[in-house]
Amino acid sequence: MSADRPGVAGVVVVGGGQAGFSVVSTLRAGGYDGPVTVFADEPHLPYQRPPLSKKAHTEPDELRVSLVPESFYGERDIELRLGDDVVALDTADRTVRSRAGLSVPYAHLVLATGARNRPLPVPGADLAGVHAVRSLDDALAVGRALTTAQDVVVIGGGFIGLELAQVARARGARVTVVELADRLLSRAVSPQLAEHLRRRHEESGVHVHTGTAVQAIEGTDRVRQVVTSAGTLPADLVVYGIGAVPRDELARDAGLAVDDGVLVDEQLRSVSDPRVSAVGDCARHPHPHAPGLVRLESVQNATDQGALVGRRLAGQPPAPYANLPWFWSDQGAVKLQIAGLRAPSDDVRLVAGDTPGRLAAYAFRGGRLAAVETLDWPAEHLAARRLLERETPVLADELTDTTLGGLARARRAAEVRA
Amino acid sequence: MPTVIFQLPDGTERKVTAASGTVLMQAAVSNGVAGIVAECGGNASCATCHVYLDAAQSELAGGPNDVEDEMLDFTAAERRPTSRLSCQVQLSDALDPMLVHVPEEQV
Repeated sequence: MSADRPGVAGVVVVGGGQAGFSVVSTLRAGGYDGPVTVFADEPHLPYQRPPLSKKAHTEPDELRVSLVPESFYGERDIELRLGDDVVALDTADRTVRSRAGLSVPYAHLVLATGARNRPLPVPGADLAGVHAVRSLDDALAVGRALTTAQDVVVIGGGFIGLELAQVARARGARVTVVELADRLLSRAVSPQLAEHLRRRHEESGVHVHTGTAVQAIEGTDRVRQVVTSAGTLPADLVVYGIGAVPRDELARDAGLAVDDGVLVDEQLRSVSDPRVSAVGDCARHPHPHAPGLVRLESVQNATDQGALVGRRLAGQPPAPYANLPWFWSDQGAVKLQIAGLRAPSDDVRLVAGDTPGRLAAYAFRGGRLAAVETLDWPAEHLAARRLLERETPVLADELTDTTLGGLARARRAAEVRA
Repeated sequence: MPTVIFQLPDGTERKVTAASGTVLMQAAVSNGVAGIVAECGGNASCATCHVYLDAAQSELAGGPNDVEDEMLDFTAAERRPTSRLSCQVQLSDALDPMLVHVPEEQV
């Protein structure tokens, strides 16, 4: 319980990632003055995760990745319990119990437990030299391994795998990416853009095998090779990123509705219990840009959902969660950015930028712009976000001889004239 | 250790110090300065760390690079001649004390 106000029920946040941090910083900024407790199972101050797979740090670098310094929490009377996690939730008593044995009552509970890596389901996945990257400690381990690794096999051609492939390449290793699907980034980007991205990776010297299954990882003391459906690859380091699964078992064990994520309403409250909210990677929620319910794994989603709940709990008028989803991935020198949510049935049009390497994929649904993917074109990405956030739709025929940047400037000029 | 004075939209000021060479965005975020969001963590990907430099110091700080220049056309608050993305501005002794105006909105 909050040390200075024992027994007073305030806000308890389970999870010290970007979403949990966003909840508590917004709560205090909004004037909430009750007890605030954050359980963070890792020993580190809440930190940024995106740099981990983009840089694979070679030394402890907590100062550079921490979201804010430790003094931030003390100054705001936020009790940050590092290295402790909630292991039991009693929604009838409105109490949580931590691994360290602490029992804390809550007036409102926020689940910000995030996701864990999908485990690699092949023999040898537990050999030394096989790593996933989700935590700072994971990234440090891979960073150290990369100082000597010569043959790196990356399993999974998604954001994380491709980011790590470029990190390994930059450290001078021979790098092979093995992807089960018939193309890279099959869940995240359009086939058209993914094809260009593949070419960029191959030009940098990364070997890419799509439509290829990993059958086993072999070695005695540590990894020596990876057996795939297309042959055997030598490896002294294997990194994998094959998706993530939400950490929703605390909610499930407490009897809350869970279906690949904690089920929440448009205010991000548990559909089973209005005293519980869920935010970030672990929450499955309605969204005006998607049919049914979605679970989004991104910094933007974690930050914005945390802020919505923080504002609501601080007493501000509630608003439904409707922020435009956006994503980014730096794959070596290539900057991939996505605004909006593309559906597989969308019509995709590729547009080349004014300088070499710049590319955009506009995804249209029913003749209206629904999502935009860009390579090395941040201004076009920002224009897409501005236009997709507005209520006036962008129609396909408005983009026959201009970019989104051009259209955004033209619309702004028209607004100024009017 | 240059001093940075952040002038917030509500008229208040926040004064922080940070080592020369530190990125302005980092100086704001690590001191919890409200209004500098920095969603992308400083990779020139999001334009949520937009600031207005002091007019007298703007020239001394140098202008935006090409990518930053394009991105500044799409910030949430209006672009002005002294607009920069704070993740692309380095503190220096020549800019001590640095005056920075934080815009009304970032996202």
